[in-house]
Amino acid sequence: MLAYIIRRLFYAIPILIGVNLLTFALFFMVNTPDQMARVQLGDKHISADAIEEWKSQRGYDKPLFLNTADDSGGLLTDTIFYEKSLRLFVFDFGKSDEGRVIGEDILERMWPSLALALPTFIVGILVNIIFSLFIVMFRASLFDTAAMIFCVALMSISGVFYIFAGQYFFAKLWHLVPISGYLGGLDAVRFLVLPVIIGVISGIGGGTRLYRTLFLEEAGKDYVRTARAKGVSELAVLFRHILPNGLIPILTSVVVVIPSLFMGSLLMESFFGIPGLGSYTLNAIWAQDFAVVRSMVFLGSVLYIIGLILTDISYTLVDPRVRLS
Amino acid sequence: MIKPVVLWSDVLIFILVAFMAAFFWHLRSRPLTLKRWRSVFHSHTGVASFVVILFYLLIAVTDSLHYRLPLDKIEGSDDVHYSQDVRSLLDDILHDLNSLDETTYSEPFSLYSFAKINMQDDSGGVYRDYPRLASAGSHLQTEEDIHADIVQRSVWGLALGLMISLLIIVPHWLWRRRYAAQSSVPWVTAYLTLAALICLSAWALLLGQVYHIFGTNQVGGDVLYQSIKAIRTGVLIGTLATLLTLPLAVVLGISAGYFRGWVDDVVQYIYTTLNSIPGILLIAASVLLIDVYIETHPDDFQLVAVRADFKFLALCFILGMTSWTGLCRLLRAETLKVSQLDYVHAAQAFGVSHARIIFRHIMPNVMHLILISLVLDFSVFVLAEAVLSYIGVGVDPSMNSWGNMINEARAELSRDPVVWWSVSAAFALMFVLVLAANLFSDRVRDAFDPRFH
Amino acid sequence: MKIEQSVVNIFAQQRIRTILVAMLMLTLTALAGCEGQAWNNPHPAAESGGNIIYSAFSERPKHLDPARSYSSDEARFIDQIYDPPLAYHYLKRPYQLIPNTLTAMPRVVYTDAAGNEVSAGAPQLAYSTYYFELQQGIRYQPHPAFARDENGDFLYRFGHAAEAAAYHSLANFKESGSRELLAGDYIYQLKRLADPSLLSPVRGLLSQYIDGMSEFSAAVSEAHDSLPDGQWLDLREIPFAGAQQSDDYHFSIRLKGKYPQFSYWLAYHFFAPVPWEADAFYHQPGLAQRNITLDWYPLGSGPFMMTRNNPNEVIVLEKNPNYRADFYPAEGEPGDEQRGLLDDAGKRVPLLDKAVYRLEKESIPFWTKFLQGYYDRSGISSESFDQAVKIGSEGVSLSEDMEARGVTLEKEVVLGTYYLAFNMLDPVVGDTGTRRERERKRKLRQAIAIAYDQQESLSIFYNGRGEVAMSPIPPGIFGYQSGREGINPYVFDWQDGRAQRKPLDEARRLLAEAGYPDGRNAVTGEPLVLNLDTTTAGGGTSAAQNWMIKQFRKLNIQLNIRGTDYNRFKEKMSTGNAQMFQWGWLADYPDAENFLFLLYGPNGQVVSGGSGVNSTNYNNQDYNRLFEQMQLMENSPQRMAIIRRMLAIVQKDTPWASAWHPHSYILNNHWVSNTKAHGISKSVLKFVAIDPQARADAQQTWNKPVLWPLLLVAALLALLSVPGVRAYRRRQQRRIVTD
Repeated sequence: MLAYIIRRLFYAIPILIGVNLLTFALFFMVNTPDQMARVQLGDKHISADAIEEWKSQRGYDKPLFLNTADDSGGLLTDTIFYEKSLRLFVFDFGKSDEGRVIGEDILERMWPSLALALPTFIVGILVNIIFSLFIVMFRASLFDTAAMIFCVALMSISGVFYIFAGQYFFAKLWHLVPISGYLGGLDAVRFLVLPVIIGVISGIGGGTRLYRTLFLEEAGKDYVRTARAKGVSELAVLFRHILPNGLIPILTSVVVVIPSLFMGSLLMESFFGIPGLGSYTLNAIWAQDFAVVRSMVFLGSVLYIIGLILTDISYTLVDPRVRLS
Repeated sequence: MIKPVVLWSDVLIFILVAFMAAFFWHLRSRPLTLKRWRSVFHSHTGVASFVVILFYLLIAVTDSLHYRLPLDKIEGSDDVHYSQDVRSLLDDILHDLNSLDETTYSEPFSLYSFAKINMQDDSGGVYRDYPRLASAGSHLQTEEDIHADIVQRSVWGLALGLMISLLIIVPHWLWRRRYAAQSSVPWVTAYLTLAALICLSAWALLLGQVYHIFGTNQVGGDVLYQSIKAIRTGVLIGTLATLLTLPLAVVLGISAGYFRGWVDDVVQYIYTTLNSIPGILLIAASVLLIDVYIETHPDDFQLVAVRADFKFLALCFILGMTSWTGLCRLLRAETLKVSQLDYVHAAQAFGVSHARIIFRHIMPNVMHLILISLVLDFSVFVLAEAVLSYIGVGVDPSMNSWGNMINEARAELSRDPVVWWSVSAAFALMFVLVLAANLFSDRVRDAFDPRFH
Repeated sequence: MKIEQSVVNIFAQQRIRTILVAMLMLTLTALAGCEGQAWNNPHPAAESGGNIIYSAFSERPKHLDPARSYSSDEARFIDQIYDPPLAYHYLKRPYQLIPNTLTAMPRVVYTDAAGNEVSAGAPQLAYSTYYFELQQGIRYQPHPAFARDENGDFLYRFGHAAEAAAYHSLANFKESGSRELLAGDYIYQLKRLADPSLLSPVRGLLSQYIDGMSEFSAAVSEAHDSLPDGQWLDLREIPFAGAQQSDDYHFSIRLKGKYPQFSYWLAYHFFAPVPWEADAFYHQPGLAQRNITLDWYPLGSGPFMMTRNNPNEVIVLEKNPNYRADFYPAEGEPGDEQRGLLDDAGKRVPLLDKAVYRLEKESIPFWTKFLQGYYDRSGISSESFDQAVKIGSEGVSLSEDMEARGVTLEKEVVLGTYYLAFNMLDPVVGDTGTRRERERKRKLRQAIAIAYDQQESLSIFYNGRGEVAMSPIPPGIFGYQSGREGINPYVFDWQDGRAQRKPLDEARRLLAEAGYPDGRNAVTGEPLVLNLDTTTAGGGTSAAQNWMIKQFRKLNIQLNIRGTDYNRFKEKMSTGNAQMFQWGWLADYPDAENFLFLLYGPNGQVVSGGSGVNSTNYNNQDYNRLFEQMQLMENSPQRMAIIRRMLAIVQKDTPWASAWHPHSYILNNHWVSNTKAHGISKSVLKFVAIDPQARADAQQTWNKPVLWPLLLVAALLALLSVPGVRAYRRRQQRRIVTD
């Protein structure tokens, strides 16, 4: 197992290099360091030597991929790409283009992101499981059909509308929660209730439908039929047999997103003014802060790869027949 | 003479329609697949949602026949010059809607503007009140007539709609009675859906000539017109995003599964790498790149429409890039399975070429995966467009899209009193399309995916 | 089997419903029980009732270093913290400079090249020297940079980054100290302005005027090269020819020639004192890696000090306990007394204990929170305009709704001009070609200026919060002229006592004369297509774009809007590749020169390699000559005459199709007092006062939670469970009936 994990981590290196190459290529095709400097230095009275100074302070005064001018073996190493991505591999994100230390910002903004994403994730799964179990209990009835159509309808609404409606009614009209914002500590609960509810509701449609099929699959299996034939009550069948066995595919399918919860939700965080990593990323896109975008891409890729590894591991845990090799 | 303009997305939508027609034609010779398709169309929801989707597609197609009007000739010159405005056939159909111009917001069916302006009374004093709209309801003798007029026009509109529906449905029904064998397709549902859609359109067009059914937006443009024009954007983004990257997914996925070895390694590397980049960041970076390309090649993009279209296609492509990996992986797995089958081994033993094996034996067996992912992704992309517009990397502001409307709605909803109609119109039209697509994809999946039998 | 049995039993006995109802009631009473604070209060409960003002910031400040910061968003913070030598009088208008940390206004001495004193108008004038005398006993805010141990050595001086590892923010430094503000600190800051590595935006501009500044910059550059990266360079050791300190309270700055606008710069935070200890402290190894820099944690002697800086969430300013004796002004302009602005006259400022700024990216939630009483002051956005104010014959006044809430309205003068400009180097619309061609292109520009109805744009998109500009100079600045004399005669006629836009036919005539009858090229018949370059960041501008296209369509000109991202746009501007574009300028100081230099030829973007402020690249020799003359003059009738001549030239040439001066309105909740908008100065927080009790009461009454929707949802869920349970029972008892 350990050997497997280590090997997978080694496989991750070429992938991360590929990710970096791609982001660098994309970004520097768009922006020259001169343009970045000009944006960061502001509108009024900018001189050419200020731009040079900025570039050398930020390390953008080198060639991008190939340093042909360097004779002392720095052809590949004395370049922006090498210097910036090598640091990423040890999680040294450096400074953002506007001068903040990115690592510190990430450490700080990680918590609000988690405080929002984790409850949404857990409550979402719980609610979806409860709903789908309820539907499975009444399978092949009018209630089942109605519930399914309801789910499809919920799925067909853009998440933005849920946010509009939630903010309008809960915050503006009924004064139940603050309309947006965030405070650390216990106070955070006040601010998180609404986004979590909205996050859960917008996920109900898809989630319930998926889980229902998984549970139904389980319900059609022979051992369930046998149990029912024995006269075990419907509830008992549901909770003793269908639920535990149906949970396995559900859990293994959600494991992959768990690490990515760190990255936060772009939409929720920016609508509700939660200072997490999602809104951090969004602001960086708007400001074209390449250093931040590059770091977030890298972080996202790392988390995704960890998610993949966790998924593989979770398979072996739930099903001893699967061997990692 | 008008000058036809063929945008790249127009070409693609016609290819798409041709492809769909060819596909259904081709089905006739494949009884097994045909049977599955029949089961899709046996259900009421399947038929009804298919009609709705076709209706949207039809609007999108009419909106894809573009042309430019010639300008008046000036004396002493025989050269014909064309307007910079690119119009479509749909613009001609909706001409009456688009020609009602106001200055700013007005409520649905309202005769007055939604915002007060400073006005002068007869004695020269300034007061602030809601001005009468410039064009909505200008045919009315007195303002009290409005209710009677609306009822009258509604009746006419519905009657007209019913007549058109009958004109389409009755011949088909007769033809079916004469020639078609007894089928289990619920035609009545199809007829009812179609009639409902036609009646609704006739009603909207007739009333839209003189009122703003969905009100007007900030600069006085008709919201109904905008949201209908947005249909093309929605339909195209839903289909093209998958289609544009389909070749990539199919070629890579099948070759990885079929050839294995280093090909498989490379393909896996490519899709894991792409997959691991957070989609939204990839999209944002690429959209910026497109802007730069347009910027550095200004001569290729003289017309606003051409520029917007190029940006739009690029956006579709990038959206596709973030999602093709899923299909690619499925194809790879399925090909792995299929190429283990005996008849494939037999074919290989007989020395049949790889290309032939892939086209004759593998492709038909993985076709359903492509289809399912096409329909499943459709609604995802339509919804994604709204979010992308909010982030500022969506379609060009000069293109009508539901995303752009929703984006503007944020400010409108915070007004007091609320400007609710713009967002409602976008919501309604988008909801119907996505709901239809979701219901249809459900049916397709039920029919094709063995897991859902 | 036991477990299942009991589950079923509970259902059967319907106990679960009773339990559910009981739990619901319990939660509701518990929630309703916490009466002390409204549920939707976005501020911590511990702060309630405090003498604290709440505001918001939408963009996190990028720089808080007084040498580096150059935006009004940042000035809101640092101008409360840093204390420059001069300040503006809070109440008096027109704007008046007064000594701030000085005992009197600086004394200016003019000399010739040899150092002999000459009169202000003398032709041999070579230098002007400003002499400053500092007040004694001013002290800096408490700060760890000053902290010393019992031996008098600095407490926090690390030799190695590892020693700094324990400190994640400035709050981790427990000890602090202070010291007196001395003349050397002002000179130290001047040297910082000249340090090229600090990237001060005004270095280039001031180097033209301050004697020895360029030489000093060069010397500093050299000194930096010999030092390792990030190490502190003690600027005190490098001499600066133009800045001299005679003792702890006296210093002087020498300018080359004459520069009357220099006094305005002295009221800017660029000239606020920075102690060398601050630089030494923040340059210690390891601190910059944790965002602990002077750029993030200011150190000043002003009325407030920054105690929390989390630009992702909140920035907190607290009263500086060491602040000098500073008092609320005893006199203002006429009418101030009636408005209650002199009620606190003579009181020691600051009047507030604390100012909390929360990050609010969007205007919508901010406005909602203002209405709920959680923010004290708010601007008016176009969305909330009609809700907040009404416009009558006597101008803007509050709506009934706002009046009922006790809100007060404050009109803010924004010294700024936004404009739609032509690129004067463009071959189609610019000032290029032969004399006749230039004449024709001028007519084209004039035609567009007539057709472009700025007033309509202001009323649609800004609710009329602005006035159409006749010239670059906004009201409130010497050189502005209202009424008949002030109008732009190429676009407006004076009729019925007000400016009327010339009829469209006039524009069409000019267009025909320009060679484009009815928008078509007279020779080739091609339609005239013009390009407008914009930035599209954020999207959602289609309404505005459609409106623009409409304006040009009036003349049958086809407008092509080319949106790009900001970087590309700036690139286009600096290379002169734009055709038409929108831009704006907010004043640095209240002087006509600060606006007229927007059209001064040598300031052209292209000529100056992208650093100039003249983005239209307008270059008219007569104008340039008059500008150079006007620049050196004090406000006087002669200066007015020259300005009028300059404006006439600009109006004729029409380098800007249209321009407008923004108006801005501020709403204050009824518990806020002493607010008077100041167009230039941002260091006004010290005068503002609030009534915390009135605020707490209002918050309570405005935010009663509405509970019935919650009850409704609970009731619905309960109702749903009844048929559910019933259906379940039926299912359970279903039997296969066999004969």
